[in-house]
Amino acid sequence: MQTANLLPLVLVLAAVAYGLAYMRSRAVAAPLGGIRNLKALPFYYAARAALWCAIPALIVLAAWAGFEGKVIQGIVIATLPQDTWPESPGQASLILSQISNVAAGKLNPEFVPEHIAGAASVLEAMESQSENFKAALVLLVALAGAGFAWTRVAPHINARLNVETTLRRIFFVCAALAVLTTAGIVFSVILETVRFFGRVPITEFLFSTSWSPQTALRADQVGSDGAFGVIPLFTGTLLISAIALLVAVPVGLLSAIYLSEYASKRMRSTVKPVLEMLAGIPTVVYGFFAALTVAPFIRDLAQTVGLEASSQSALAAGLVMGIMIVPFVSSLSDDVINAVPQTMRDGSLALGATQSETMKKVIFPAALPGIIGGILLAASRAIGETMIVVMAAGLAANLTANPLESVTTVTVQIATLLVGDQEFDSAKTLSAFALGMLLFIVTLLLNVVALKIVRKYREQYD
Amino acid sequence: MTDQSSQAEIVRNSLKRRYRKERRFRMYGILAIFIALASLFILFADIISKGHTGFLKTTITLDVTLDSETMYLDDPTDEDQRSMADFVAPIIASLQEHFPEVESAAEKRELGRLIGTYGASKIRDLLKDNPDMLNTTQTMEFLAHDRVSTYVKHADNPRYSIKLSEQQQGWVDQLLEKGVIDTSFNDVLFSRGDSREPANAGILGAIVGSLLTMLVTLAISFPVGIAAAVYLEEFAPQNRITDFIEVNINNLAAVPSIIFGLLGLAVFISLFGMPRSVPVVGGLVLALMTLPTIIISSRAAIKSVPPSIREAAEGVGASKMQVVLHHVIPLAMPGMLTGSIIGMAQALGETAPLLLIGMVAFIVDVPGGFFDSATVLPVQIYLWASSSEQGFVELASAGIMVLLTFMISMNALAIWLRKRLERRW
Repeated sequence: MQTANLLPLVLVLAAVAYGLAYMRSRAVAAPLGGIRNLKALPFYYAARAALWCAIPALIVLAAWAGFEGKVIQGIVIATLPQDTWPESPGQASLILSQISNVAAGKLNPEFVPEHIAGAASVLEAMESQSENFKAALVLLVALAGAGFAWTRVAPHINARLNVETTLRRIFFVCAALAVLTTAGIVFSVILETVRFFGRVPITEFLFSTSWSPQTALRADQVGSDGAFGVIPLFTGTLLISAIALLVAVPVGLLSAIYLSEYASKRMRSTVKPVLEMLAGIPTVVYGFFAALTVAPFIRDLAQTVGLEASSQSALAAGLVMGIMIVPFVSSLSDDVINAVPQTMRDGSLALGATQSETMKKVIFPAALPGIIGGILLAASRAIGETMIVVMAAGLAANLTANPLESVTTVTVQIATLLVGDQEFDSAKTLSAFALGMLLFIVTLLLNVVALKIVRKYREQYD
Repeated sequence: MTDQSSQAEIVRNSLKRRYRKERRFRMYGILAIFIALASLFILFADIISKGHTGFLKTTITLDVTLDSETMYLDDPTDEDQRSMADFVAPIIASLQEHFPEVESAAEKRELGRLIGTYGASKIRDLLKDNPDMLNTTQTMEFLAHDRVSTYVKHADNPRYSIKLSEQQQGWVDQLLEKGVIDTSFNDVLFSRGDSREPANAGILGAIVGSLLTMLVTLAISFPVGIAAAVYLEEFAPQNRITDFIEVNINNLAAVPSIIFGLLGLAVFISLFGMPRSVPVVGGLVLALMTLPTIIISSRAAIKSVPPSIREAAEGVGASKMQVVLHHVIPLAMPGMLTGSIIGMAQALGETAPLLLIGMVAFIVDVPGGFFDSATVLPVQIYLWASSSEQGFVELASAGIMVLLTFMISMNALAIWLRKRLERRW
């Protein structure tokens, strides 16, 4: 039976277990003189039965569904004749996709070697067996859980405590999922990165100034080695992020100052949500805007003043990205400016300073650490932004500081290296994970520093 | 005394300058707000001006004589004959009726290119389903070729007509006058999946794909997010594990989205062997990505429930879990819902991680389930925007308008919920 069908079935079983346990708890209580003689309300006996029915069964189901594919693939490969065993993971995935295509009826069995057709029938048999075993096991576990809960419906057992402890544990697991996600990220990028550094020395990755990850199909092709120097990618990322911050910081900061110090309440309540809309627009929309409107405009503008501009200039991507992160800068600055105590404002104004002098000489210095923290957060956002640069920045890894030229970024390379089909063991694919690791570390550091600064500053005035 | 009056004098003299500075500072602020709002306005105006034509389709209505001789087809039920027959010929013949002066084979071919490439298959399918229509005359509506469509939609802009020869332009102008070529609301856009030809491409596949992906995301991130928030706010002991979890959640909220794509690729696809391009994997990845947002906003909602409610419930003998389940969660629910809707809107617009898990494939069919290959709205927009054909660029902007409509309505719903259900304590 399909996982998609088993899931609702388990839930139905849990509901049935709930109903049965509810009735049984009332039946048990009746001769004792009503439910007040039970240790817990009937609801808790019923909920416990439902939990014990559903949770173990769902765990088994998830584990089976998670590892089913890999295990079956391994077994199918093992049934192949010894001399046709794949030599590399790439070859293995090729053979496996052939086998599964034959099994799915997309490929005529007559057109493939005999051992593949044989393996396809093995695969089909294994898959149907696995489905049956899975269904049987899941149902058995569900029934056993419900049955156990059934026997534990007794007046002296406090089901409420059981239910509450179980729920508490579930809540804890949900909270710990964040840790698991981080661990998953670190684990997935580190494994592949280590494999990458097995092929390309880490010193070349960090210090070489040329990037062209194309590894050749034939060994004698020109430029077959590929170059994996991250410096041009990183300067490209920094160039675009710097342009973005040059736009976002003044615009965001000044609008935050105006809105918090000068604007009327009505203006504030209309302008602020509109500004925040800028943060809600999907990045692919900004990318579209940058690639099809801003970039041609900048190219034409540059031509009229006699400059050479690429049609995928860093400037276009940077400007649009700057607009995108304006709301980050403005709302974070708004928070810190508002956190400065009113007494400081009043004190300065009482001494005869104008509002702008109060702002520049008193509030701004007091809010500066928080503002810097906000800018760092915006910078990490800019560095990790993908779609705008994928669509509006180029692919060529130029080592340049000219904003009118085309540059490429770390995120662009990750996306282009991993889009479409790829083999999992080529240096080209693995390099994307090394880039991902670099990106993760840099943004993490920026965030940690930024949050530290913001938190430390907040404590000062609390 | 003289000293003081001279100081007052200095201050008075500098006042003008200081007030000027004050006004300038204010102007800067207004300018900054103006720049931000103007960019938003230009962005919307640009997309609407580029994309409004995407909601129109250009059709050519012809009386087609399904003559068995011109098609070399005697028996439409015979598959072999169907595969050999010439279904373009009747279209050209009926176009020729409008232009009797067209004689040469080359000109006829040019004439035939006014119709999109799917015109012939439309006749084939018609005959396949109704074999008795052979040798009759039928009035049929064909989608015009992308170049014709672009020319018609941008009649006032010569930049868009270059792909059509002058002769073809003349033909199109005449047909427009006769009312044979017409534009109407583009129902194809909302009833089909992707296609190689802009006139035939629709976003229904992407909308359904987005919907399926969002369902998976919602089913995972909403309950898990709320449970995590409840644990951290109500149950977590003050210890290192709790601190560690909190630091992790805050950092995850700021991890670039493309990194989640790497996670999905390495863990779900290559470790667990899940299929590529399917809504389940996309939904899982987006769920992990939106979890921190939901947790953070749910915690804020739980924090805003006043302690007096908890104390009152505990005072009448409720257990900690009962306090949480019966009072705190229901009271915090509006805030949690708002946060979740905003998180879902974010996930709906997310593209980068989905590129990595293979949701960029060219998929014609509308997905029918969670394990079917699918694409989502933003990825479809990305694919169309990368195409060089004007027709696809129009579709991309039209798609953006649809996506923005979804997102704005989700955000409006969140705001409405907050206004409606929010309780001030």
